[in-house]
Amino acid sequence: MSGFVDKLLNKPSSADTARQRLQLVLIHDRANLPPGQIDLMKEELIRVISKYVVIDRAKAEIAVENEGREQRLTINIPLVAENRRF
Amino acid sequence: MGAKVITVTSGKGGVGKTTTTANLAVALASLGYKVTCMDSDIGLRNLDVVLGLENRIVYDLVDVVEGRCRIRQAMIKDKKFPELYLIPAAQTRDKSAVSPSDMIRLCEELKPEMDWIIIDSPAGIERGFKNAIAPADVILVITNPEVSAVRDADRIIGLIEAEQKGPAHLIINRLNPALVKKGDMLTAEDVVNLLAVDLLGIVPEDENVVASTNRGTPIVLDAHSKAGQAFMNIAKRLNGEEIPLMNLEGKGNIFSIFGKRTK
Repeated sequence: MSGFVDKLLNKPSSADTARQRLQLVLIHDRANLPPGQIDLMKEELIRVISKYVVIDRAKAEIAVENEGREQRLTINIPLVAENRRF
Repeated sequence: MGAKVITVTSGKGGVGKTTTTANLAVALASLGYKVTCMDSDIGLRNLDVVLGLENRIVYDLVDVVEGRCRIRQAMIKDKKFPELYLIPAAQTRDKSAVSPSDMIRLCEELKPEMDWIIIDSPAGIERGFKNAIAPADVILVITNPEVSAVRDADRIIGLIEAEQKGPAHLIINRLNPALVKKGDMLTAEDVVNLLAVDLLGIVPEDENVVASTNRGTPIVLDAHSKAGQAFMNIAKRLNGEEIPLMNLEGKGNIFSIFGKRTK
């Protein structure tokens, strides 16, 4: 019954929620990297990289991605084009 | 040649390791193989009651390891299958009474006389788990389609890989098709994608399992039970047969197969 009501209210099913929660939990478990530490690492990386290049801090992203049971840390930090600045 | 050693483990307790061990052992025995199952859950033994053999125990695993009896004396013959045996765990000791090398030595001794050795692992990731996987040729990880069991299965799969005992094979136990349909249970496909391991079988939730455990006669002997059929299929897959996942009503997807009974 709850599934039907959820659909009416356009709410994700409890199974959807379980899957999404597990996706994140397993990433952090496998890397032994709690979510708070990823945030700390991001701040620190941005600080270090900013010493050398101008970056777009608002768009900086850091994430752990899965490929099967392998994990990869992906860091995506847009640079600000310096030659377009006065 | 010698026996193949299968270890059944899970991380989380209560997901159906002992039930799976008992049913796979009985299934393989019913196919005509010589099978010994071993309870490595020292201090919390249960494989004896699930198999209905609790009244026949004289010696146990620790008695063999500590030299109080020969391995043959600790092997309890099943009531129905003359070539199915149980080596029970000791009930009054703890996991440190046995070492991984003891387990390897015991299995080596049994291998020439058996076709299959099936080891029931305790829950957890400590000594008992290490004992149980040490002699394994194949490791089966049992999980249920729910968050804590899947999370613990992932941890165990990682440890099995770290011990170079992988790849583990997954059994999803107690999948409830009605709950999946309602959107209140993870699908088998969800679980396989999350854990990224090979799926060996799916066992649907079946209330007959409780009754069969009450009686000490594994459900696999009941040809009308869906869970029993699922365990038999898993045993045949272990034996190298290509058995498709049970095909019930669905959307043509092998993972949405547990719709309605077709009988």
